Amino acid sequence: MMDKTIVAVSTAYGEGGIGIVRMSGDRAGEILSCLFRRGAAGARGAGVAEPLAATAFQDRRMYYGYIADPSSGKTIDEVLVVFMRAPRTYTGEDVAEIHCHGSVVSLRRILDRALSLGASLAEPGEFTKRAFLNGRVDLAQADAVIDLIRAKTEMGYTAAIDRLEGRFSRRVNEMRDALTDILAEVIVCMDYPDEDAEERGDHDSARSVEARLAEIKRSLDDLIATADTGKMIRDGIGVAIIGKPNAGKSSLLNALLREDRAIVSATPGTTRDSIDEYVDMEGLPVRLTDTAGLREAETDVEALGVERSKEAMARADVVVLTLDGSRALDAEDREIADALAGRLREERPEADRSAGAAAPAPCGGVMIVINKSDLPTAIDRDDAARLLPGIRPIEVSAKTGKGLGAITDHIVSAVYGGAVKQGESLLVTNAAHKESLTRAAKETEHAGRALRAGEALDFVETDIRAACDALGEITGSTVTEDILDKVFSRFCIGK
Amino acid sequence: MTPYEMEPYDVIVVGAGHAGCEAGLAAARLGKKTLMLTISMESVAMMPCNPSIGGTGKGQLVKEIDALGGEMGRNIDKTFIQSRMLNASKGPAVHSPRAQADKQRYHEEMKHTLEMQENLDLRQGEAIDLLMEEGRRVTGVLLKSGAIYRGKAVVLATGTYLNGRVHVSDSSWPSGPSGLTPSLALAERLKEKGFALRRFKTGTPARVLAHSLDYSKFREQKGDDPVIPFSFMSDGIGENKRSCWLAWTNEASHRIVSENIEKTAPYGGHTTGVGPRYCLSVEDKVSRFPDRLRHQLFLEPEGLSTEEVYVQGMSTSLPERVQVAFYRSIEGLERAEISRYAYSIEYDCLDPLSLTAGLEHRTAENLFCAGQLNGSSGYEEAAAQGLIAGINAARKIDGQEAFVLDRSEAYIGVLIDDLVTKGADEPYRVMTSGAEFRLVLRQDNADLRLTEKGYALGLASRARYERYLRHKEETEEEIARLERSFADAKDVAVFLDRVGGAVQEPRGKIRLADLLKRPEVTYDNLGAIDRERPEVSAYARVQAEIRIKYAGYIEKQKNQIERFKRLENKRIPEGLDYGALRGLRAEAAQKLSLVRPESVGRASRIAGVSPADVNVLMVHLAKMNGNGRRRDER
Repeated sequence: MMDKTIVAVSTAYGEGGIGIVRMSGDRAGEILSCLFRRGAAGARGAGVAEPLAATAFQDRRMYYGYIADPSSGKTIDEVLVVFMRAPRTYTGEDVAEIHCHGSVVSLRRILDRALSLGASLAEPGEFTKRAFLNGRVDLAQADAVIDLIRAKTEMGYTAAIDRLEGRFSRRVNEMRDALTDILAEVIVCMDYPDEDAEERGDHDSARSVEARLAEIKRSLDDLIATADTGKMIRDGIGVAIIGKPNAGKSSLLNALLREDRAIVSATPGTTRDSIDEYVDMEGLPVRLTDTAGLREAETDVEALGVERSKEAMARADVVVLTLDGSRALDAEDREIADALAGRLREERPEADRSAGAAAPAPCGGVMIVINKSDLPTAIDRDDAARLLPGIRPIEVSAKTGKGLGAITDHIVSAVYGGAVKQGESLLVTNAAHKESLTRAAKETEHAGRALRAGEALDFVETDIRAACDALGEITGSTVTEDILDKVFSRFCIGK
Repeated sequence: MTPYEMEPYDVIVVGAGHAGCEAGLAAARLGKKTLMLTISMESVAMMPCNPSIGGTGKGQLVKEIDALGGEMGRNIDKTFIQSRMLNASKGPAVHSPRAQADKQRYHEEMKHTLEMQENLDLRQGEAIDLLMEEGRRVTGVLLKSGAIYRGKAVVLATGTYLNGRVHVSDSSWPSGPSGLTPSLALAERLKEKGFALRRFKTGTPARVLAHSLDYSKFREQKGDDPVIPFSFMSDGIGENKRSCWLAWTNEASHRIVSENIEKTAPYGGHTTGVGPRYCLSVEDKVSRFPDRLRHQLFLEPEGLSTEEVYVQGMSTSLPERVQVAFYRSIEGLERAEISRYAYSIEYDCLDPLSLTAGLEHRTAENLFCAGQLNGSSGYEEAAAQGLIAGINAARKIDGQEAFVLDRSEAYIGVLIDDLVTKGADEPYRVMTSGAEFRLVLRQDNADLRLTEKGYALGLASRARYERYLRHKEETEEEIARLERSFADAKDVAVFLDRVGGAVQEPRGKIRLADLLKRPEVTYDNLGAIDRERPEVSAYARVQAEIRIKYAGYIEKQKNQIERFKRLENKRIPEGLDYGALRGLRAEAAQKLSLVRPESVGRASRIAGVSPADVNVLMVHLAKMNGNGRRRDER
């Protein structure tokens, strides 16, 4: 059935220390055997290494050795290989993995040799697709096919992205549930004749239904707005630098811009003098927002400080609370910290219990920075550490650049570690999703309009159900004939 | 008892309730020599519960039965005493006709129709056993008298008679409905043969005598004028002859019920059968909704030649002495004389999951089942199944494929699909909310949807078919005319002003069909500026109005239907071994093996089969077909 043996570079191309070439299919062992020479202890070079027959590989054992060019016999790379026999493998087929050095040249050459020996280049997501088709991906516990496949996908996607996707499904499901609730109410009205209306006493739910529909429509629009990639890059990971006026937010932002590579935005208007600035932190597009920014000077500063901080907080993926190290903590610092504490509790409800003030600070979306460490210290460090449970302040100097690296590290690791409570900036990643969302939004709007126009509930129900179905297509809870095509088309994101 | 052979038949129908009547008539009309057996000739088409036909969802069923060539619609048109269109204030999809019947006349008319039907023998007799060949093929029935009737197909429509037991408080006794003889022996034999039987329960309220009621305390509910008949073949069926009346319980009534609740059959622990949630007994209403100060009830006359009045909504199994106090606590019923007390009845029924979509039993070939035996409740639900069972019994004999309506074609399709796919954990009632394509499955267009099919089956008469063609043609002509007719903008402005619509600046000419789409415009009031309107039948007026007004929605629904059909058309091979499909959860495999759906669409509706399971199933089907998936891979 699965006649082809497929091969692909399974790690991200780049300058990683190790790269993996993976094969799946009946001929994986045979091709591996042709490529691989087992290294003798102490000896170096493929010339002194022994070939190993496909049948000689012990299941799931790592072998050290070399990849040689089958025609010239020349060594391509020093490797570790492992052979896993069907069916207990990821794809359910024979799988061979070659762990080589991570250079593009090395990976490319090994891939080429495998192809020349008869393997086919895997389509995007094909390993997972085979796993699914062979029943290896356990759909049983899955709410939806797509979630499960994603959870096991071997694409060069990071754990963070996987989390983003899971969150996306949850978000979609939330909206779908909200629609289903409305549907249930609408439906119940239909089966009772007018004469029983009094009996049930549920008149005028239309108004509340209308409001709820409008709410859902807004959420859908928010999601859809994130769909185009331009906006995605423009938005990046939202990092808000908050704090009372004159805590040194702007200088911190500028320092980070110097430290990290600034992205030259193609979008008109997003120039250096605007509030949002964009930097590339180890490959992540990051949008830095100085809450008050340059405008601070133009408005009634003091009153707006806290309000703006709260607003920015709500939108940001990572919040950097900036304290002025050269001044003592004051009420405004504490007020902003309190607002932040609320967010923190949402993010990790267990934090209050488990993390004491002294614990290290892997707390995803929130960090405290004590700025101006170049000046004489007036702030009480212990007080600062107690502002938010479990968050250890980092001392930095925007002026000297001291500690800036720690900020970048924190942001990057928070994102990749999945600890960041992501906003929706990166959520909608493919066209199929966007199409379904757009349809759902359209139907929801239509339902609201019909309701306002006094249309009968049975019509409104048709719209709402269509919206539900559209959302269900994303999560897989609506079964459609072409669901498989859709599922597999979703693999194409990324690689 | 010495069994002896009687003359053989093609189809034998056991039971002459609403399911049995339609089954017998359908089989006979399809040319099959048919025998109908009833325990009592007096109970043919009997209405042991409420004296009405139709209602939400049910009205649609009756129209569909009629459109296919069934009898229920015509019979109620002949015997109604009041008729109303329910939900007239709502959209056309939930308009449902309901008529009060003269019970006695309903029974007599139907019985007479059966007696006059060619190929049909209606006979009094009690079937006590099914005759089976090799334990898996039904070949006839054995009667209590010893008579053996051989039949090529048997339709079982046993209603609440099968192992029926009536409960009033802590007293109970074997009984069919309304004091008739139950069918006990047959239940025993079915169990011995391995049929899994379940226990369901239903109830009926008391009957009170009209002259003992104070009607000044009630709110009158008159019938519609003019009366719209159920049958597409009926014209001018006459006027309403009686009203119904609304009354209300009060706190005193509720107190009587609460104080005596332990004396009711279910609360006293005397019944085990599962009752319907949508039709609560008084004791359930009072105990589940303690905050309600009153509950509504309807007083429905049972006929023209009787004083008996049905107290709708007030079924109970309180002791008779308490019933008197309870009913008399209701304003206007203070001096009510009760002729029949309320009771609840338990009966045996099958798990409908053991049936095919054509209503044939999966492990007993040639056995068709219909009505309450399949876990449904309601006269209309029974009749709809009876019709389909009768049709398919006849078709089976001729070696033809079963006649199945799907969910996008008819409420009948929804009803049967629900039963045989999802099963019934309580007596099943059809709901308009359960019909996902209800905008298309309207009561007004049942003939447009089904008469062609009925005619092709050989059930709908030539006259009916021709009438349908006329309806269709006239409707389409009228829609086309409204699409191409225009009114002068100035006239339109005056018109809209009069009907309360927002008036736009008058400019040019305006299409009448576009005007009709406005909420304040109806087909009728549009007549004021529709100068060339020809003589149009009431039927075509309604159709044209609905189809123009709701064109957008109907179109949307048709797209939904198309998507639905794609899954319905994905066939699953008959003997598929679900246990061998990798990736399918055990629960899903077990459910699928039980129901054995013939399409992916149906599989997706089985409880316990998740969308993910359906996807696994589709993958395997694609693999088996050796295509589809290949395409994906490229």
